Amino acid sequence: MRQTWVTPGGVHPPENKHQSVTQPIGSLPIPEKLVVPLGQHIGAPAIACVKLGDKVLKGQKIADPAGTVSVAIHAPTSGTVSAIEARPIAHSSGIEALCIEITSDGKDQWIALQGIADFEHTTPKTLLSIITDAGIAGMGGAGFPTAVKLNPGFHRPIDTLIVNATECEPYITADDALIRERAEEIIEGIRILSHTLGNPSNILIGIEDNKPEAIQALEPHTQDTGINVVSFPTKYPSGGEKQLIYILTGKELPSGQIPADIGIVCVNIGTTYAIKRAVVEGEPLVSRVTTMTGEACEINRNYDVLIGTPVSHMLAYNKFDAEKCSRVIMGGPMMGFSLTSKDIPIVKTSNCLLAPSVEEIPHNEPAQPCIRCGMCAEACPASLLPQQLLWYSQAKDYDRLQSHNLFDCIECGACSYVCPSNIPLVQHYRSSKSDIKKAEEEKIKSAQARERFEFRQQRIEQADKEREAKRAARREAALQAKKTAAPNSAADIVAAAQARTEAKQLSPEQEQAKLERAVSSAEMRVQKAQSKLDTAVASEEPEDKIKILSAALSGAQQKLEKAKTRLAEQSN
Amino acid sequence: MIEFVFQNPIISALVALVGLGLIFGALLGFAAEKFKIEGDPVIDQIDSLLPQTQCGQCGFPGCRPYAESIADGDSINKCPPGGQSTINAIANLLDVPAPELDQEHGEEADIKTVAYIREDECIGCTKCIQACPVDAILGAAKLMHTVIADECTGCDLCVEPCPVDCIDMLPVESGINQWQWPTPPIANGLIATDRTHSSSSHEGAA
Repeated sequence: MRQTWVTPGGVHPPENKHQSVTQPIGSLPIPEKLVVPLGQHIGAPAIACVKLGDKVLKGQKIADPAGTVSVAIHAPTSGTVSAIEARPIAHSSGIEALCIEITSDGKDQWIALQGIADFEHTTPKTLLSIITDAGIAGMGGAGFPTAVKLNPGFHRPIDTLIVNATECEPYITADDALIRERAEEIIEGIRILSHTLGNPSNILIGIEDNKPEAIQALEPHTQDTGINVVSFPTKYPSGGEKQLIYILTGKELPSGQIPADIGIVCVNIGTTYAIKRAVVEGEPLVSRVTTMTGEACEINRNYDVLIGTPVSHMLAYNKFDAEKCSRVIMGGPMMGFSLTSKDIPIVKTSNCLLAPSVEEIPHNEPAQPCIRCGMCAEACPASLLPQQLLWYSQAKDYDRLQSHNLFDCIECGACSYVCPSNIPLVQHYRSSKSDIKKAEEEKIKSAQARERFEFRQQRIEQADKEREAKRAARREAALQAKKTAAPNSAADIVAAAQARTEAKQLSPEQEQAKLERAVSSAEMRVQKAQSKLDTAVASEEPEDKIKILSAALSGAQQKLEKAKTRLAEQSN
Repeated sequence: MIEFVFQNPIISALVALVGLGLIFGALLGFAAEKFKIEGDPVIDQIDSLLPQTQCGQCGFPGCRPYAESIADGDSINKCPPGGQSTINAIANLLDVPAPELDQEHGEEADIKTVAYIREDECIGCTKCIQACPVDAILGAAKLMHTVIADECTGCDLCVEPCPVDCIDMLPVESGINQWQWPTPPIANGLIATDRTHSSSSHEGAA
């Protein structure tokens, strides 16, 4: 018997697990339409690689992984792609996201599959790419791409592989049922995992002692394999990654680190089964075991459900009584969320569909003020101070929230469960967490904006400076030019004026021609005046007019004389 | 030496005190030079709290000038994009009471917006490019312009200069990654019965 450690806090809610394990894992009729969301995992949503109207076979890839932290998505049955559009998905927000709708042709015809029988002689790298291509993401609830988890890098050697079969949340029995019926395949999956991780020295299956049948089912297959099945007392939330690591190894995962940092990889047991199917049979992840339970359904059992099956289809098959039901919850009663619509599909992380009656899980009582009883602090498995966190959360005091390690809260809901005032503590923490994350994003954005603003200011300043410098240089050059051209003294001015007049003077030939023209035009004028006078005398005009005309004639004759003298001067 | 001190206590005390004064003065002078702080650190702290939209709604050309002005004693409630949370943060930093947002400078917006240029209508005048304080608009003269949505601070300084009114301020798209958990209502009233008895019953009693 291996030593186990005991985590602080924790609660013991009624288990309610027996209802759904009385029958073996069943299967549902194929629904007419399946809605497969592209983002079922943590990381970038996959990118659709089929078109509207395409015929697809079961297991055919319909979306490629986008980047390293992403996985592929496959058609859960054969049929036609009838829509690629935003639909409500399994998320607490009820927000719509991109989904591929497949209308089933009823044949459920598989695509040709090719598995690797001898995985031990396959490189871990090949196995990791098979796991990514098979669309495997953590099936315990978070949906982290398994291949990323299995590839911690050479700087983080792994010595312990923990398989999480705790299933601590009430009502859920999906893993329990899976182990009871398919233990051999699970162990095969664990061996594949161990091979990809370079055969770590410790392989532990952590399981709560409320599943004796499952433990018994595992035992014959684990003998002489080096795989240890470790059972420990039942307590919620032992199945949290950090809690399970502490229970099994006594190591505490430091805040903000991942298990690989302390040499541990922790995988859900459902994921190991999916890995075995993917590697050995070549079968991608198109279905999962989901618990259908709650008093509002007549049939309570586990089903092998196709991914993309609408919740309404599952409820109808199990004789759901809407009148009796308080709300439909995806996940367990502690960490699950109420569905806003019954058309929401089952995804890779949906381990349970809970349809409780009003007596089973009553409607939320109105919250009352905190009475400082301290029960939440006793229940907290992460040893936080839920009361303080509540005050700071209400006051939006993000600094203090962070210094009280809000981000170590695993949102298990133990504090809300024990709270006598019905305060939805976890909701406060979730809200504060998203506020802090948003504030941090905004801080990064504002730093970027500041940088760009300052760069722009600097650029404008520099441009102004350059322009100013250019202008100054031009002014300087003009001044210089003026200076060299400018006259220095009065003598210079006279010389310059003389130079100008000289430049203006005509050459002697031109002068001669000009004077000659003047003489000839003066002669013409004399002739004209003479003829006018003659006609006036002949027609006996009045005395005055004759006088004026004779004066004009003598004036013209004088001008002619002048021109003649100037011409004579020039000739000399 | 000792004898001199005993004989002239006043003079030796004076010499000692003046000497000490000189030594410490020199020390302080050296420290003031050596550990000199460039600029005012408070300005940087205030600037880091402001939202950096550079919108100028406070009346200053950018966030830093406003931060400088706050450091000089200006009121801290002139920043509508930052809203009450920014006012509270600055009040916390400067240890002064947090006033309400001054409505004169604008109202706090509920939703974040980004500028969007209707590209068919853009005539390529570059006026918005010149107005953008964070260089988030791309384009050239007589060619279409477009906004780099990730860099846009939503200051809407580009809307006014556009001669053809082809810039819209659109709310930032919010998908599943931007979704935030709603804050649950805070329980008011000491006991549950405080709430069930509505104010009307109190009025009736009065």
